[in-house]
Amino acid sequence: MTEDAARERLEQVWRSPTGWRSLSDVNNSVVGRWYLVTAFAFFLFAGVLGLIIRAQLAVPENDLVSAATYNQVFTLHGTVMMFLFAVPIFEAVAILILPAMMGARDLPFPRLSAFGFWCFLIGGVFVCGSIFFGAAPDAGWFMYPPLSTEQSGIGADIWLLGLSFIEVASIAAAVELIVGVLKCRAPGMHINLTPLYGWYVLVVGAMILFAFPPLIAGDFLFELERALDWPFFDVARGGDPVLWQHLFWIFGHPEVYIIFLPSIGLLAMIVPTFSGRPMAGYSWIVLSALGTGFLSFGLWVHHMYTTGLPAVSLGFFSAASEAVAIPTGIQIFALIATVMLGRTRRTVPMLFSLGALATFIAGGLTGVMIAVAPFDFQVHDTYFIVAHLHYTLIGGMLFPVLAGVWYFFPFVTGRQLRRRVGIWSFWLSFLGFNAAFLPMHLTGLLGMPRRVFTYAAGSGWAELNLMSTVAAFVLAAGIGLFVWDCVWSFLRGPSAPRNLWQAGTLEWLSPSPVPSYGLRAIPQIESRYPLWDTPDLPDRIDKGQGYLADAPEGLRETLVTTVLDAQPQQVLRVQGPSWLPALAAVGLGGLFIFATFKWWLAVAASAFVFLPALFVWLWTGTAIIPEKPDKDIGGGRRVGLYLSGSRSTGWWAMFITMTGDLTAFLSLIFGYYFFWTIHEDFPPQWATGPGWVWPLAAACLALLAWGATCAARSSNAKGRVPLARGLLLAGMVLSLLSAAALLAGPWLTGLDPTRHAYPAIVWAIALWTALHLGTGTVMQGYCLLRSWFGKMTPAHDADIHNVTLYWHFALFSALVTAATLGGFPVLT
Amino acid sequence: MLVGRIHRAGTACLLSIPTLSLTGCVPDQSALHPASVEAQQVATLFWVMAIAGGVIWAVVMATAIYAVVGRWRPTSERFADRFILWAGVVFPTIVLATLLTYGLGLLPSWTGTQPALRVTVEARQFWWRITYERPDGTRVETANELHLPLDQVTEFALISPDVIHSFWIPVLGGKLDAIPGRTNHLRLTPNTTGRFRGVCAEFCGLSHALMAFDVVVQTRGDFDDWLSRQAAPARIPDAAPLRAAGCLACHSLRGVSDAGRIGPDLTHLASRKTIAAGMLPNTPEALGTWLTDPEAVKPGATMPGYAMLPAAELDRIITLLGELE
Repeated sequence: MTEDAARERLEQVWRSPTGWRSLSDVNNSVVGRWYLVTAFAFFLFAGVLGLIIRAQLAVPENDLVSAATYNQVFTLHGTVMMFLFAVPIFEAVAILILPAMMGARDLPFPRLSAFGFWCFLIGGVFVCGSIFFGAAPDAGWFMYPPLSTEQSGIGADIWLLGLSFIEVASIAAAVELIVGVLKCRAPGMHINLTPLYGWYVLVVGAMILFAFPPLIAGDFLFELERALDWPFFDVARGGDPVLWQHLFWIFGHPEVYIIFLPSIGLLAMIVPTFSGRPMAGYSWIVLSALGTGFLSFGLWVHHMYTTGLPAVSLGFFSAASEAVAIPTGIQIFALIATVMLGRTRRTVPMLFSLGALATFIAGGLTGVMIAVAPFDFQVHDTYFIVAHLHYTLIGGMLFPVLAGVWYFFPFVTGRQLRRRVGIWSFWLSFLGFNAAFLPMHLTGLLGMPRRVFTYAAGSGWAELNLMSTVAAFVLAAGIGLFVWDCVWSFLRGPSAPRNLWQAGTLEWLSPSPVPSYGLRAIPQIESRYPLWDTPDLPDRIDKGQGYLADAPEGLRETLVTTVLDAQPQQVLRVQGPSWLPALAAVGLGGLFIFATFKWWLAVAASAFVFLPALFVWLWTGTAIIPEKPDKDIGGGRRVGLYLSGSRSTGWWAMFITMTGDLTAFLSLIFGYYFFWTIHEDFPPQWATGPGWVWPLAAACLALLAWGATCAARSSNAKGRVPLARGLLLAGMVLSLLSAAALLAGPWLTGLDPTRHAYPAIVWAIALWTALHLGTGTVMQGYCLLRSWFGKMTPAHDADIHNVTLYWHFALFSALVTAATLGGFPVLT
Repeated sequence: MLVGRIHRAGTACLLSIPTLSLTGCVPDQSALHPASVEAQQVATLFWVMAIAGGVIWAVVMATAIYAVVGRWRPTSERFADRFILWAGVVFPTIVLATLLTYGLGLLPSWTGTQPALRVTVEARQFWWRITYERPDGTRVETANELHLPLDQVTEFALISPDVIHSFWIPVLGGKLDAIPGRTNHLRLTPNTTGRFRGVCAEFCGLSHALMAFDVVVQTRGDFDDWLSRQAAPARIPDAAPLRAAGCLACHSLRGVSDAGRIGPDLTHLASRKTIAAGMLPNTPEALGTWLTDPEAVKPGATMPGYAMLPAAELDRIITLLGELE
C-alpha cells in the first residue's frame, strides 16, 4: 500500500503540465525531446538548401537560382548545419539521455535547459527565416571580412547577432551538462564507472567552454565594426582581416571535434550492447577523448594554410593536425576490438555504426592528406575539401546520430522502429551519400573551386556534378524514409518491452515507456554495466529499494554526489514547470533580434522583459532555504538539503560559466597583442591614451571591491551580518568607481575608436571589463537584498559564495585589462 | 623512380574514367595534369597518399567486417590492449611521421636561386591586374591573361585592394591568398608550354564563380617577344570615341591616357584570347554583349552597361577595341 502511495506521489510531483501549459515544462525528458525535434527540423531545412545547391550545379551554366540567391543558400546551408543541427543535436541527445544513464531524475538546472532550448528555437527561426526575405547572410559560413564587413547587407548582422544568441544556448547547455556529469551521478558511480557517453559529454562540454567564447569575442568586435565603424578588420585604419580568421578558426576547428566526439560516445554505448560485452579499452578511450579535445585547439591554422604563413608555422600545424589522427584512431580501434571480443547481434543501429565507420575513416584519411600543407595548397577551397568535410561530418556525426536515434527510440517513446524500413533507409542514405560525395574528390582535383554558383560547359566537371546531384537526391530519400519511419512508429509502432536491447547501462533499467519520474528509486552503483552485473537490480528498484523512492514533501528531488567517488552530498530540489525561462528567452531574443534592425526602443523594451524575468527566476528559484537541514534518502542515510561553496552545483555552474567568459576576454586580449605583432608602431606614436594613471586607479579600485566582497562573505559566515551588508554596499560603490575609472582612461585622453584599430581595441577591452565590473555591482546588490529579506543567512550563504567566485574572475580580468591597456604602452 | 611510375599510372587510370574522356578536351585546370615542377611533386604526393590511404581503409574495414562476421574470436582481454596499441598507436605514428617528412619536404624553399621574373598580381572583384617587372626596372601592365616563360622561376607578389581572393593555377601549383593590406609571395616553375586556366579560389562575393584568367606558358624567346609587344603604347587611329563614351575614366590606354585605374588596361586588349576575366571569347559579338549588359554576364561587375549608346557608336568602339593588337 505505502509502496503504491510513494509511487503515486512521485508520479504527482514529476507529472508534466498539460494543454497549453505543457510549454512551461522544464523536465529534461520533455525539453530534450523538443530540442531533438527542433534540431532535426533545422537539419531537414538545411538539407533542402543542400539539394538546391546540388540542383543548381547539376548542369553547367545553370540558371535555376541567381548568384545572389545561391550565395545565401550555401552560406545558410553551412551555418544551419553547424550551428543549428550539429552542435544542438549533441545538446539535445545529452539532455534527453544523460540523466537516466547516470541514475539522476533530472539535470541540476532544468530551467536553464528550457531557457537554452527557447533561445535556440527563437534564434534559429530568426536566422533561417531571413532567406525567405532575401536577407540571409551571403558571405559564407566563415564570414571573412572585409567582404562581410564592408559589402554585406543586413544578412551579416543576422548572422552575427542571431548566432551569438544561439551560442548563449550552447554555453547554457555546456554548463548544465558538465555539472550534471560531475555532480549528479548515482551514489557509488565513481568517476571511472561513469558510462563512456558521460565522459564524452564532459570533454565536449569543456571544449564548448573554450571554443565558443573566442567566436563570441570575434562577434563582439565584428558587430562593433559593423554598427559603430570601429576598424578592427579594416586595413586602411590599422585593422587586419586575418585577426577574424584566427578567432573564427580557434572556434571552428574544435567545433569539428565538438560535433564528432559525442557521436563516438553514442557508438561507445551502442557497440558494447550489441556485442554483449563491456567496452574494451575503457581507459584508452577516456584518455584519447581527452587528448583529442586538447589537441583540437592546436590545429586551427590548418584552415589558413594559404594565407601566406611562414614555413615554420606550416610545419608545426601540419604535425599537430597529423597528431590528432592518433587519439581518433585509438577510439576507432577500441570499438573494433570490442566487436571482435564479443558476439555481434546484427541490428539496424549496428548497421548504421558500421556505415559510420566506413565513412568516417575515409574522411579521416583524406584529413591526413590535407593536413600536409603542400597538398592542401592545391585542394584548399576546392570540392576535394567539400568531399572531405562531408565524409567526416556525415560519417562522424550524422550516421552515428541516426544509429543513436534507432537505439534510443524505444527508451524515449516506448515504441520500436521497423527493422526492414531501417535497413532500407540505411542503404539509401549510405549509397546515396557515397555516390554523391566520392566523385567530389575528383571534381576538386580537376580544379573546381568551392562556393561557385556556376561553371563553364567546357570545364570537364559536368558529368561528375550530375552524378553528385542525382545521388544527393537518393541520400535525401534515405533520410526522408528514416524520418517518416520515426513519425509512423511514434504513432503506431509496436510497443517496446523493457530493456529491448538487453543493454547493461542504467537508462534501460526503467519499465517501458519510461515514467515521468524516471527510475522508481536511485540505485547504489558498483560496476560500469549494472544491469549485466546485478541481475536482480530491476526487481529491487521496482520495489522501491533504493534512494529517493518517495517524494513526501511534494518536491522534485535528485541526488548530488561528490565529483570523484560519487558519495551522496545533497538532496537537490530541482525546479518544476515555469514560464520564466521561456519569458527570459523571449526577452533576450528580442534584445538580439531588434538590435539587428537597430530598433533601439524595442531593444530597451526587450531588456525590460529579460532582466525582470531573470531576476524573478533567480530570486524565487535558487538557493532556497529548506524547511529542515537534512532528510532520509533511504537505506538509513541522511543527506543535507542545502549546500554552499565548492560542494554546491551553483558554485560549479558559476565556475564553468566564468571559465568560458574568461576565455572570451582573453581572446580580446589576444586581439590587442595580435595588432602589436603586425604593426611596427603599436601603440601608434600619436595615441595619447589611455595613459597609466586611470587603468592603475581602476585596478586598485577593483582590488578593493573584490576585497570588500571576500570580507563580506567571511563576516556573514561569522554571523556579523550588518558588517557584511556594509561591506557589500562599499563593494558596490568601489566596483562602479572602478568601471568608471577604466572608461575614463580612453575617454579623457580623447581616443577616437573609429580612427584606428588601436583605440578601437582599447575601447573594446575597457568596455568589456567595465561591463563585467558593472555586473559585479549588480551581484553585490543582489546579495545585499537577499540578506535584507532573510534569504541569505550566515548558515545559508550560497549566493555570496557564488558572487565571490564571480569576483575572483572579475578581479583577474580587471588586473589584466589594466596591465595591458595601462602598463604595456609604458613598457614599449 | 617508383613514385614517378605511380604518378603516371594514376594519371592514365584517371583518363580512362569514362566521364572524363566524354568531355574530349585536355584538362587545362586540373591539379592532376601538372605543367610545372611544383605541381608535379604535389600530384605525385597525392597518388602516393591516395593509394596508401585506400589500402589502409580497405584493411581497417576488412578488420571491422571480420569482427562482425568472423568465426575466430580472441579470448583474452589482453588482446584488446595489444590490438589498440599496435593498430591505434604504433602503426599510425610510423605512417604519419613518414608522411610528414616526405610532405613537408615539398614546402617552398626561399633560399638559393633568384627568380627569373617578378610579377605583381592584383586580385580585384572580379578580375586580375597583372604587372610585369622588366630587368631595366620598367613595369608593363596587362590584365586577365598571364604569360610565363618555360623552365624559369617566376615569383608572384599577390595583393588585393578590396576583399580576400586566392590566386590559383591548378596545373602550375598550389594557391595563395591575396589579402588586403598584405603582400604574399608565390613561386612557380612551369615546365610545359600551353594554354591553361587559373581561377579565384577564395569566395569573394557575388561573381566569385566568374573570376578566371588565362595562362600561357611559352619559351623564353616567345615570352620576351610578347612582353616587348605589351610594353609598347597602344596603336589606335582615333581614341576619341572611347574618350567620348567615358571608357578612359576607368581604363588605361597607354599612349593615350594612363588615368583609368578602376578597370583592366586596354592597351593590347585584342592580343588577349578572352574578355571579362576569362568569361567570354574575345570576339566582336562577345564584346557587344559585354558592353551592353555586363550585369548579365557577371553579376556585381563594376563596369556599367552601355546599351544607351547609338548602335553605330557602339560598333565603332567594338571595332576600335578589336584593333588594339
